[in-house]
Amino acid sequence: MSKFKKKDDGGTPAISTASLPDIVFMLLFFFMVVTVMRDNSLKVQNILPFADQVEKLDKKNLIMYIYAGKPSPRYQETFGTEARIQLNDKYASINDVQQFIKEERQSKREELRDKLTTALKVDKETNMGLVSDIKQELRKAEALKINYTTKQGEAGLNLD
Amino acid sequence: MAKRAAPEVNAGSMADIAFLLLIFFLVTTTIETDSGITRKLPPIDDEQEEPPILKQRNIFVVLVNSNGGLFVEDEIMEFKNLRQATIDFLDNGGGLGDEACDYCQGPGITSSSDNPIKAVVSLQNDRKTQYGRYIAVQNELVAAYNVLRDREANRLYNIDFTEMEDAYNDPEFQGDKDKLKEKIGVIKNLFPQKLSEAEPI
Repeated sequence: MSKFKKKDDGGTPAISTASLPDIVFMLLFFFMVVTVMRDNSLKVQNILPFADQVEKLDKKNLIMYIYAGKPSPRYQETFGTEARIQLNDKYASINDVQQFIKEERQSKREELRDKLTTALKVDKETNMGLVSDIKQELRKAEALKINYTTKQGEAGLNLD
Repeated sequence: MAKRAAPEVNAGSMADIAFLLLIFFLVTTTIETDSGITRKLPPIDDEQEEPPILKQRNIFVVLVNSNGGLFVEDEIMEFKNLRQATIDFLDNGGGLGDEACDYCQGPGITSSSDNPIKAVVSLQNDRKTQYGRYIAVQNELVAAYNVLRDREANRLYNIDFTEMEDAYNDPEFQGDKDKLKEKIGVIKNLFPQKLSEAEPI
């Protein structure tokens, strides 16, 4: 009788997957920490213009977003193709801008209120008339810090 | 009564549940940060103050009309020449006496600006101007200021102005923040960004 008995061949041993949930949870927590919730769905066409002299907008909770552009294709039947403003999740008229700024201010802590920036996400095909109207409303609401949100790129790309 | 061991819960599907959550977060959240051109709007004055009188030579009028045409000081200009034209205007340094500019490198033409501190760029547009074009022009104007500020920052501190600003905005910056702020202030005073966005005509 040989001393070294051949083990009976049981095929490859199964890899333990007991720690798989831990790994996935780790990934999950990573994403929960580094990302923010997308808070509004776009109802307007929003192709931003290009610019290369840009500053980053880091503090996401200190930004108020105003979108403008012509309605997305699926809303065009009801709302036409004239450029519109979108605040939160709804189309809005120019008169609602001041109220929107006030509400946004109210929802922030007092010491942060004058650090708020308004990000204008405007489609590049929009006419400046609408943008000027928004700017005028922002001046009335004393929200003077604005940021024309752009994509990173050569400014000449806007001209085609 | 005999004590029985609690039966073990099968954790085999835990991974599936966690994956489900993970995918949910991947879909509903965004990771990218926005960037753009930051500007400050002028406050509305209730009292109709007399605007300060500016010399014609210190104003650089840039007009983008409704067809996207670019007019600089009432003359047509190609978009690619705008940056250099703005730099030439700001850096002209044609002032004498009190208004002299000792760091300017321009030729000092009498029809162009006295001093970068006095020089105002007035950006005008029509109500029908396309936003994309307006931003492109604005980008070039900001670029002109940045080129000049970089030049001065390199001369005085051997560092780019844009680099200094990035370092200042970086929360993990190790060096002396107050000193950096002072340096940025000095450069900003040499070339103050006087860019006026007029209401459309």
